[in-house]
Amino acid sequence: MIEILLYILMGLSFLCFLRVIFGPSVADRMVAIDIFGILVVGICALLTVKTGRLFLIDIAIAWILLSFIGTITLAKYLAREKLDE
Amino acid sequence: MKQLTMFIFLFLLWMAFSFTLETANIIAGIVAALITTIIFSNRFLTSWQKLFNPVRWFWLIIYIIVFIWECIKANFDVAYRVLSPRMPIKPGIVKVHCSLKTDFARVLLANSITMTPGTITVDINNSDLYVHWIYVSSEDASIYTKKIIGRFENLLKRIFE
Amino acid sequence: MNSISYILFIIGAAFDLLGCLGLLRLPDVYNRLQSATKSVTLGTCSILLGLFFHYGFSAIGIKALIAIPLLFFTSTVAAHALIRSSYKAGIKLSDKTVVDHYKELKQ
Repeated sequence: MIEILLYILMGLSFLCFLRVIFGPSVADRMVAIDIFGILVVGICALLTVKTGRLFLIDIAIAWILLSFIGTITLAKYLAREKLDE
Repeated sequence: MKQLTMFIFLFLLWMAFSFTLETANIIAGIVAALITTIIFSNRFLTSWQKLFNPVRWFWLIIYIIVFIWECIKANFDVAYRVLSPRMPIKPGIVKVHCSLKTDFARVLLANSITMTPGTITVDINNSDLYVHWIYVSSEDASIYTKKIIGRFENLLKRIFE
Repeated sequence: MNSISYILFIIGAAFDLLGCLGLLRLPDVYNRLQSATKSVTLGTCSILLGLFFHYGFSAIGIKALIAIPLLFFTSTVAAHALIRSSYKAGIKLSDKTVVDHYKELKQ
């Protein structure tokens, strides 16, 4: 059961990579990377149930924060703004 | 008092994240919460008295229930638009006037708009919100203002003002 | 308890699927962001809630419960930053767009 859901989520992250590769503009690629980050959190949560390792949920929380900071930085880069505006 | 509230909140957050009762862990949590409080306490919680008003907490719970319901509705709306073969979209960016005063209430309003059916906040300029709407059903300002923020504005006003 | 958590996992995966389909199908970056942010965020929140129901009030359950508001706030703010910066970078709205009030602010 959990294996099937994990395979589905991995397939979805592959779809995100398709958008990263073929995206017509830079913004499309950034949206796909943002969505990929959220999908990885779901994959970590399901892996916690599958393997029973307790540290995977910590990785999920750290991944939320890192993906957020990365997206904000990329957005600032795209709008050509300083980081403290 | 403001600093104490913030310190207790941060320390509880630390304890929930680490979830052990070792002495070293508690000491590290106290130090980290203290440093964060010293640096950031002047920027947040400018009116901490509102935190201890039970009426506001009651409206906050009502707001969360309304919000979760809208959120689920939003997803079925998106599902309908994505799955239908003709793709019934008519996107546009509209200007919405909101009457909230405090910054935190405006941020929560913008976040709520982002998670409700077919709308996402683009920018905020004083009290004007610019909202990208996936299906512009009418271009009359009074009608779409009621449609987009009418559900949340009164609740947020009761919570924060 | 286990069956509730499995139902929540399946609902979450279904919403993620919808979000990624929207990411592929919709015409321009603004509409893609609409579908993707809402569906994928709610799907992942649902998976985390299922994790809470699976483990109850243990270390994992509490952490999953804290991760839900964290994920909610970060994903909405990230979507907001992305849509604003892509407008500022001059990416065109799709042909179906009917109204654009934001243009007046720029001038």
